[in-house]
Amino acid sequence: MKRKRLRWLEIVLAGLVLTLVGILVNNLAVNLIRTELGLSFKWLWQPAGFALSEHTLPYQPGDSTAWALLVSWLNSLRVIACSIVLATVLGVGAGAARRSLNPLLRQLAGLYVGLIRQIPLLLQLLFWYFVAFLGLPSEPMAPVGTLVSLSNQGIAILGLNLSVEFSAVLVGLSVFTGAAIAEVVRGGLDSVPKGQWEAFRSLGIGETLGMRKVVLPQALPAILPALSSQYLNLAKNSTLAIAVGFADLYAVSDTAITQTGRAIEGFLILLLSFLALNLLINGGMQVLNRIVVRPAQRT
Amino acid sequence: MTIAVRAESITKTFNGSQKALDQVNLSVNHGEVLVVMGPSGSGKSTLIRTFNGLEAIDAGQLEIVGIPLDTDQDERQIRRIRRRVGMVFQQFNLFPHLSILDNITLAPIRVRKINKANAEERAHGLLAQMGIADQALKYPSELSGGQQQRVAIARALAMDPELMLFDEPTSALDPERVKEVLDAMRRLAADGMTMIVVTHELGFAREVADRVLFMDAGRVVELTDSSTFFTQAKEERSRRFLNQMAH
Ligand SMILES: Nc1ncnc2c1ncn2[C@@H]1O[C@H](COP(=O)(O)OP(=O)(O)OP(=O)(O)O)[C@@H](O)[C@H]1O
Ligand SMILES: [Mg+2]
Repeated sequence: MKRKRLRWLEIVLAGLVLTLVGILVNNLAVNLIRTELGLSFKWLWQPAGFALSEHTLPYQPGDSTAWALLVSWLNSLRVIACSIVLATVLGVGAGAARRSLNPLLRQLAGLYVGLIRQIPLLLQLLFWYFVAFLGLPSEPMAPVGTLVSLSNQGIAILGLNLSVEFSAVLVGLSVFTGAAIAEVVRGGLDSVPKGQWEAFRSLGIGETLGMRKVVLPQALPAILPALSSQYLNLAKNSTLAIAVGFADLYAVSDTAITQTGRAIEGFLILLLSFLALNLLINGGMQVLNRIVVRPAQRT
Repeated sequence: MTIAVRAESITKTFNGSQKALDQVNLSVNHGEVLVVMGPSGSGKSTLIRTFNGLEAIDAGQLEIVGIPLDTDQDERQIRRIRRRVGMVFQQFNLFPHLSILDNITLAPIRVRKINKANAEERAHGLLAQMGIADQALKYPSELSGGQQQRVAIARALAMDPELMLFDEPTSALDPERVKEVLDAMRRLAADGMTMIVVTHELGFAREVADRVLFMDAGRVVELTDSSTFFTQAKEERSRRFLNQMAH
């Protein structure tokens, strides 16, 4: 009986979706006819005409718009990849700290998660950009020796210079997503039976080692799916980089659309680029899943 | 040093409820086998869990294998104790993602810094001693309950403990699997291991225990040598319990 009801629900939902798509396609067609533009991607090969504040590949305003979009896509990819790494480190650290024996560590991690989740990400990005980074002195500060130095020009790691916009987006996305990942990790740790903690403690194994060798491997099957959805969130949230003037894919597409008036084509390209990005993240997580979860699932 | 456990009026209350341990005094010598009995909720588990720091005491004094354990749980002292005191749980608590061999060698390699080859050789020896020499490369879920519990005993023994704590080691087993675990424990006792065993197995207690501690409502009701306990228990409460158990 339940099966049958579900089947009906599916049919109704499919009907709704099809109607919506139909309306959209109709709108699109009507608009295209009215503006007498038709779909065209020729503009992609014309000179972009605008400068990019940062680029990993050589770029000049005289290069094609397509090249500008590709360069900005790489900018997005770069900040997303770096943020994923940093957010994971922060999140695993804070999530583990919330189950630490040290009450101070527990409270600090709790404060971090609680605070960050209260504040909209856009506000946090603006804070990191205008208050934290632009508020720094122009003379580089080196809190941890010569490895990392901070100034209002951005972060320098081992001689690698990150722009202040990149730095603000990186830190903002990482701190924000790190808090969400901390919750995911804490939930995963809590899914491991108490007896496992007692067993490793009884053997004289310390908290850090026990977490790494006993608890985390068993928590991973619960953590990984939620983790990949946090990574996808991070990728989507990276479009907020436009607020601090970072030349990411969304910001540059926005400029190109304004200049050419090609909104539909521009959004199609944006859509496909993000689809590619998400497939990349999903694929990566599936590989990780296969490597990590299969052997651990022999329970 | 012949005292393995010394407890002086230790007390423990779980948030707000009645006392789980109420002024318990106890001293256990090296080489002794003590069986702890008592009705459900009488504090047996809590008692032996304070002996390796899994539960902190609220008041009183504890000294385990010569190391004092205060009410303010000093993590370093606790770890020193845990390295020398083994514990076996009712639910085995093997690490499901590790092979039997890795379950046994994890702590010796990581905590005692014994090299891998030596740790594995010792693990194979312990498995043979437990009668499950051929299971080393399997995973816990591939073993029967009785086999898993014997692995858990081997895992604890791999740290060369001076004292072994058992919390109802056969209560989660099918009846036909109980004997193989009790036999392994019997051999351990015969080898002179100091053991504190929470169990309802009267036969094992009668045969192996030097003394029996009978608890009720967090208090020591009776602490006497096992032959006395089973033939002429002093306290009415103990005799009633034995009567119930016998039926
Ligand atoms: N983690 C805990 N939180 C709150 N109360 C607890 C906790 N552990 C034990 N208690 C309480 O402490 C008392 C003693 O429990 P304990 O587990 O030591 O009894 P036990 O003799 O081992 O019983 P059983 O034979 O059922 O295992 C009980 O009243 C129990 O409810
Ligand atoms: Mg118990």
